Amino acid sequence: MTLYVILEAVISLLLIGGATFAFIGSMGMASMQDFFMRLHGPTKATTTGIGCILIGSMIYFGVLDRKPVVQELLITLFLFISAPVSAHLLGKAALHLKLERAEKTQGSPAEIDDDANSIKPEPYPEHGRTLVLTRKELEEKQRQ
Amino acid sequence: MNRLSRWFPTPLLSLVLLIVWLLLVNGLSVGQLLLGTFLAISIPLFTYRFWDTQPRIQRPWLLIRFIVIVLLDIVTSSIQVAWLIINPKRRMRPVFVEYPLTLKEPFTITLLANTISLTPGTVTTNVRLDKSSLLIHALDAGTPEEVIEQIRERYEMPLKEIYEC
Repeated sequence: MTLYVILEAVISLLLIGGATFAFIGSMGMASMQDFFMRLHGPTKATTTGIGCILIGSMIYFGVLDRKPVVQELLITLFLFISAPVSAHLLGKAALHLKLERAEKTQGSPAEIDDDANSIKPEPYPEHGRTLVLTRKELEEKQRQ
Repeated sequence: MNRLSRWFPTPLLSLVLLIVWLLLVNGLSVGQLLLGTFLAISIPLFTYRFWDTQPRIQRPWLLIRFIVIVLLDIVTSSIQVAWLIINPKRRMRPVFVEYPLTLKEPFTITLLANTISLTPGTVTTNVRLDKSSLLIHALDAGTPEEVIEQIRERYEMPLKEIYEC
């Protein structure tokens, strides 16, 4: 009987912890200063939050049905595949739109700061995509 | 060997597909096993032309260690990021870092970029297509050099050992 009490406590902790993480991740999205910082909340805190809830669900249904439940691993797998890819695509779109960033941000990537007129997207022969050149690369290319 | 690699161009992908199929139908019967095997063989055969060539895994055990490290890092990084969000006093120091790559293969670069996006306060925002550098946005870091050093030691070197030696 005590085993069930302990398991119940563990499951509740996982659920509450997961919900808290997911909430904080969403809160970060609302409170951060610029787009690039906002990108961090949902990709990480939320991933862990969902992970905690899924582990809780696995234990709960595993105990209830008396057999191991592994389907939740699938959700985790898909989440781990999709979260970084979507974050990357959002970041890339933001770079192309040259969105403003917080003033204290260090570093100046060529994608945002170079004069748009001096950069011509180059077709990338191997993949048929376009390639944004940095100013240094452009100068080298013109020299050739 | 030649015939085997013609039927299984990507053995690891086939295995993952079979396992995912069995998990999706949530049951282990002979019929599903056969159907899963069929899918695991046919899907890579139809799609492998779109894939970048996958380098051979040189040291599988290191790969497992790498996955465990990354999972632990995801947990600690979420706690860090969550703490950064709820602590109003802490000032964040966002940085754009240009990370010079030493990896060569597109597949391993993709793996590294994904790992960076999943772990401590960093998101890969651009992969320069000349394969020379990544553009990373870090949420809270002292200097770009710190970020570069951390990523190089924790993720790039293990990946290099696993795939490229």
